[in-house]
Amino acid sequence: MTKGFVIPRFRLPAFVSAIGVKLPQWPHALALTAGLNVAVKMNLLPEDSLALLENRVFFVEVLDTGGRACFTYRDGLFRPVFYAPEASDLTFRANLSAFMQLLARQEDPDTLFFNRELSIEGDTELGLIVKNMLDAVEWPQLPKLPIFRH
Amino acid sequence: MLRDKLPELICPAGSLPALKAAVDHGADAVYLGYKNDTNARNFAGLNFDQKALTEGVRYAQSRGRKVLMAINTFAQPGRVADWQAAVDGAADLGVDAVILADVGLLDYAKNRYPDLRLHLSVQGSATSYEAVNFAHREFGVRRAVLPRVLTLAQVELVIKNTPVEIEIFGFGSLCVMNEGRCWLSSYATGESPNTVGACSPAKYVKWEKSPGQMTTRLNGILIDRFGDNESAGYPTLCKGRFEVNGETYYALEEPTSLNVLEILPEIAKIGVAAIKVEGRQRSPAYVAQVTKTLRAALDALASDSERYHVKPAWQADLAKVSEGNQATLGAYNRPWR
Ligand code: SF4
Repeated sequence: MTKGFVIPRFRLPAFVSAIGVKLPQWPHALALTAGLNVAVKMNLLPEDSLALLENRVFFVEVLDTGGRACFTYRDGLFRPVFYAPEASDLTFRANLSAFMQLLARQEDPDTLFFNRELSIEGDTELGLIVKNMLDAVEWPQLPKLPIFRH
Repeated sequence: MLRDKLPELICPAGSLPALKAAVDHGADAVYLGYKNDTNARNFAGLNFDQKALTEGVRYAQSRGRKVLMAINTFAQPGRVADWQAAVDGAADLGVDAVILADVGLLDYAKNRYPDLRLHLSVQGSATSYEAVNFAHREFGVRRAVLPRVLTLAQVELVIKNTPVEIEIFGFGSLCVMNEGRCWLSSYATGESPNTVGACSPAKYVKWEKSPGQMTTRLNGILIDRFGDNESAGYPTLCKGRFEVNGETYYALEEPTSLNVLEILPEIAKIGVAAIKVEGRQRSPAYVAQVTKTLRAALDALASDSERYHVKPAWQADLAKVSEGNQATLGAYNRPWR
């Protein structure tokens, strides 16, 4: 997945996050849960792990954009919630580049965690479940569109 | 150097994507385990269910790579059947070998599946050629993984005195070098790798963030405290900082990573059959990075052993994914025994 394209380590200037936190946070949570629900529908996330997420509250914060999302998993779907971060069972915090590197499988979460680029707080076992669940996902190959062929 | 004398590269797979990453980046074999306490990396959400196993074995074997199944914890009282079932499952799947530690289980596998290839796990803690030869004589063990306590000269001594293939660790986080015999996790939590398949299980771990620092506790015991810019380590007792005689330091072991790139030529020369990479708990990204680097190093050695030298780029790639800030040769080059 990383072939030919490397996400550099970067940090957005502080004013971006200053603006970011002032924007409504609801859309972030909506976008994130919508994405996760697609993965659920495609059966990409193992059911035994999903069952362990039931009613747990997650909080994700992108430090340098100020983006925040709070959500839970209930009755087979991820749903945005309005809780304050203190009420979450598990909190992930990192800069945008670290999150992107994680999702692209370019960096290992343990590496980012040891280097203190990713902060995980709350229920450690829940964190491990989420991490291992995401690691085990076999992201579908992007279809080969004719435009990319030589 | 002949390619067939090159040590095999054995890489960790905690998930199907990790297995594929290992195979795609040049592992000769992957090792993996069931999603239960029959293996020593029994972490929530990690490892393989039947479906993933079937696909994993197919993926690797159809590309000419081997799959080794770790069933390397010790059968717990009253539940021996669970461990035997794991061996049955592995034999059914047609894995290339099972990695066992429990002598009762070795005996079961040998009698039940005479054709199944048996490897002695590092958890079996065989550190002398007598121990390795015992496993060979009694159970027909074909390969033994040596604990990370031996110097290279001691490894060579074992190799010279046994018909059993010898596998050693080449990269990854270091256990305190007492594999199979460590009670630290049990002391703190009542659970350890040999019993429940996990050292310092996550449910006992607490990371507490406060302004300027992060505190790690294992079942309430303070393990370490990190400043915001300090790198963190695994929350195990062996890697904690403790106060001893008025001084606070890594009293047992510093969080370091083993890295044998520098002594790869010697390792090949003394006849090590395989090099193992630690880290089934790590992500596909780690597996890909480490496998790729070690493959490049082994290939460089194969093509011209005289001119083998460690490329700075290899070290940089490995340093990035290491636990702790330093890499060591572990016991391999230790002057004392
Ligand atoms: S406490 Fe340390 S030495 Fe003991 S099993 Fe855990 S990681 Fe290994």
